[in-house]
Amino acid sequence: MPDQLLYAMEVSLNGLMAGIMYSLVALGFVLIFKASGIFNYAQGVLALFAALTLVGLQQGQIPFSHVINAIFGTELHSFGWTLPALVAIALTALVMVGLAWLIERLVLKHLVNQEPIILFMATIGLAYFLEGLGDVMWGADIKKLDVGLPQGISETIDAITFNAFGYGFFIDRLDIVAAVVAALLVASLTLFSQYTKYGRALRAVADDHQAALSVGISLRFIWVLVWSIAGFVALVAGIMWGSKSGVQFSLSLIALKALPVLMLGGFTSIPGAIVGGLIIGMGEKLFEFFAGPLIGGATENWFAYVLALLFLVFRPQGLFGERIIERV
Amino acid sequence: MFYREAGDFKTSYVDDSQTFPIRFDRMRYYAVLVLGFGILPFVMNDYWANAVFVPFLIYAIAAIGLNILTGYCGQVSLGTGGFMAVGAYACYKLMTAFPWMPMPVNVLLAGLVTAGVGVLFGLPSLRIKGFYLAVATLAAQFFLVWLFNKVPWFYNYSASGQITAPERTLLGVAVTGASTPAWAKYLFCAVFLFALAWLARNLTRGTVGRKWMAIRDMDIAAEIIGVNPLTTKLSAFAVSSFYIGIAGALFFAVYLGAAEVGEAFGIQKSFLILFMVIIGGLGSIFGSFAGAAFLVLLPVLLKNLLVGGLGWPTDLAAHIELMIVGALIIVFLILEPHGLAQLWRVAKEKLRLWPFPH
Amino acid sequence: MNAMNPEGYVTADGRKIGGVLMEMKNITLRFGGVKAITDISFDIREGEIRAIIGPNGAGKSSMLNVISGFYVPQEGEVWFHGKKRAPMKPYQVAQQGIARTFQNIALFEGMSVLDNIMTGRLTLMKSGLMDQAMWWGRAQREETEHREKVEKIIDFLEIQHIRKTPVGRLPYGLKKRVELARALAAEPKLLLLDEPMAGMNVEEKEDMCRFILDVNDEFGTTITLIEHDMGVVMDLSDRVVVMDYGKKIGDGPPDEVRSNPDVINAYLGVSHD
Repeated sequence: MPDQLLYAMEVSLNGLMAGIMYSLVALGFVLIFKASGIFNYAQGVLALFAALTLVGLQQGQIPFSHVINAIFGTELHSFGWTLPALVAIALTALVMVGLAWLIERLVLKHLVNQEPIILFMATIGLAYFLEGLGDVMWGADIKKLDVGLPQGISETIDAITFNAFGYGFFIDRLDIVAAVVAALLVASLTLFSQYTKYGRALRAVADDHQAALSVGISLRFIWVLVWSIAGFVALVAGIMWGSKSGVQFSLSLIALKALPVLMLGGFTSIPGAIVGGLIIGMGEKLFEFFAGPLIGGATENWFAYVLALLFLVFRPQGLFGERIIERV
Repeated sequence: MFYREAGDFKTSYVDDSQTFPIRFDRMRYYAVLVLGFGILPFVMNDYWANAVFVPFLIYAIAAIGLNILTGYCGQVSLGTGGFMAVGAYACYKLMTAFPWMPMPVNVLLAGLVTAGVGVLFGLPSLRIKGFYLAVATLAAQFFLVWLFNKVPWFYNYSASGQITAPERTLLGVAVTGASTPAWAKYLFCAVFLFALAWLARNLTRGTVGRKWMAIRDMDIAAEIIGVNPLTTKLSAFAVSSFYIGIAGALFFAVYLGAAEVGEAFGIQKSFLILFMVIIGGLGSIFGSFAGAAFLVLLPVLLKNLLVGGLGWPTDLAAHIELMIVGALIIVFLILEPHGLAQLWRVAKEKLRLWPFPH
Repeated sequence: MNAMNPEGYVTADGRKIGGVLMEMKNITLRFGGVKAITDISFDIREGEIRAIIGPNGAGKSSMLNVISGFYVPQEGEVWFHGKKRAPMKPYQVAQQGIARTFQNIALFEGMSVLDNIMTGRLTLMKSGLMDQAMWWGRAQREETEHREKVEKIIDFLEIQHIRKTPVGRLPYGLKKRVELARALAAEPKLLLLDEPMAGMNVEEKEDMCRFILDVNDEFGTTITLIEHDMGVVMDLSDRVVVMDYGKKIGDGPPDEVRSNPDVINAYLGVSHD
């Protein structure tokens, strides 16, 4: 087999893995959009905030220590303990639930019945606030996140592909874990929404707020619930991305990567988020592989957007979105 | 009491459609003009020009531009930074290719080039609406920044990848370059802002403005009563980009002097201008001024307060600024989705009656 | 009275109705597999008040949407002013002189009443972007001319007091009236009214009837309306098209339609098989 093709295959596989990471973030968007019609720009920052909190709790950092030090001139930094990874994850999940509750209380409750675009802009504000809060609470330095996930080259795949093609593919074991986790997450979310009482309520709200209210579903509870789930999804995404490339500001930018995924897959479709993520992940890696060297590289910065844009011009409702019939 | 319209009768429709129909408003408008053009240029110094006035003037132009597109025509754009970059690079190429060209012409041409690019990226708005469009404009943002970063022709193959504004004079006074006096920077930008704000006001009070607002409020109904959505949306993109391009050109040539595209015109810039428009007031020219002033002054004040006053580290102050800006956006959207401009209108209503509440 | 006379006819109250203004020929409209309109033909004559009635879901609004170009029928032809209309966008239809109101009010909520009505004249205003930007001169002159026309309509519909009020703050009945004003401002040759009296009380209905008759009388505007209130339809209209399940089941003067057995069946709910 020609080398070029082998490399392209390896690139595609890595692209698919990256796509799964995009899907993880996109999933959080879809959940909130379905249940409340809010395009939650803050989803990426939620992931950053979750990862920061996880690292902070795990390493026993004192929250707001910078502010306290600045005000009182103290030298506080750490409680001096480290928590086991699982405990820290559970605590962070709790924090995310609390955050969801606060967001509902302080923001969403006051913006009921506003136009979607106003809500969208409110989430941009929320993103700024949470980004600042994360930095003020835990400090803005780059942190290493380690919850014991396997990392480094997957020997098995290397060996299999070497035997098959005479060239071993480099696949990060972390990416494989991420793929498995994403699959589990989607499966459990589907089970939850199809077979539990709250899942049904969630789907009812997604369909029609007014009708859901009239049969006695508490909109506010559903919103807290769905933001908690989105917070949890953000935590998972934060763990994966944080383990891969450290916890830092750029982590919040994965939200920007998830947006074209949503445009492609449709804002309301969970399978769309997954398939869209895979297409974008693979597409941008392949494009960079073939076209990047010719036009200066770093095409990942825009390729996903331009692809999604071109796609939307021909199919405005996305891959899996419902067809829009306009009425007057 | 302070605010009287009784006795201020209109006898023609021309009178009735003027910008400041109330005499008191008109007086204040003239007062601002006298202050802006008659007094400030003579007392301007470097600190005030660079920290407050010049960025305010330039951001106000950009905010009016975005307000035309988003506030009047209802098309949310997150590509403002990218379009500012187009203006900046167009201006740079013009300045270096035609050294004899007067600076105002460079700036205007840069605006026109940006208008063209804006129309190009506005084409999808015919098929894509709402968030989808907002996200699609990010394509413009990322693609344009990448383009200016990766294609050396745009930065004249300079080793640093930066663009630097050469000195250009107007009527014998430098308006760009290192030796530009503070008052010249200020006045150059102020004249542009004044002219552009006046044009924007004209556009938004007549036929064109009504077409834009009709598309914003209900695009389907607008089309059925005879508004061509293609030309209307594209005209909004063109005019908006023209303004934003001019803002970009001034930002680079007059304010920064040298710029690196990702840093000066990144996505953060898009959000900053959008916030100005939201906080100031969607669909209000005055709001664009107010929003720009607010977000230019806020960091200056916070920095003076936290770093200068309390001695906190700068990075901490920057993070707190993020929190405050974010919280303010939310608070504004909750309390007053129409922004500072609406607060001002409410205050005027109150003043009309004050001190007699009924 | 002879509705088939190509030169027109004279109504019972002595108004002269002219020749055919618009003719729908064998219109069929489908949404996917669903037929909303099946093979319908009828004409609208100059100066006439033409009603389209029928039970809910009969396809009346779809018919109006076909006339105003919002839906493009799969089969059939639309003839206007004796010429076959090429497929065109809704805004082009509006420019030909067809204005309409909507079943669910479609005003521009963010604009004042005056601005809303002024949008009705957009098809008649000619000054371009540059004129507008400079304002003084052509744009201002044009604005003033059209403002005068609009003020006449405001007087006519008795809404002077709310001229500068944002439309979002108005009660339902007034919104309906502003919408009519916006349609009238376009000086249409054909005015389409989609349930102009839905949701109104008796008094408001009487006002609206009066306005519709006055518009027809004073400006000679041809009107096509959809309405559920039978009393109103029978009183107002010169001829009535009756639709049921997307098909035309009756067409003629009110008295004739009233005694048509198919129409009675459709309204009294006799079984359809």
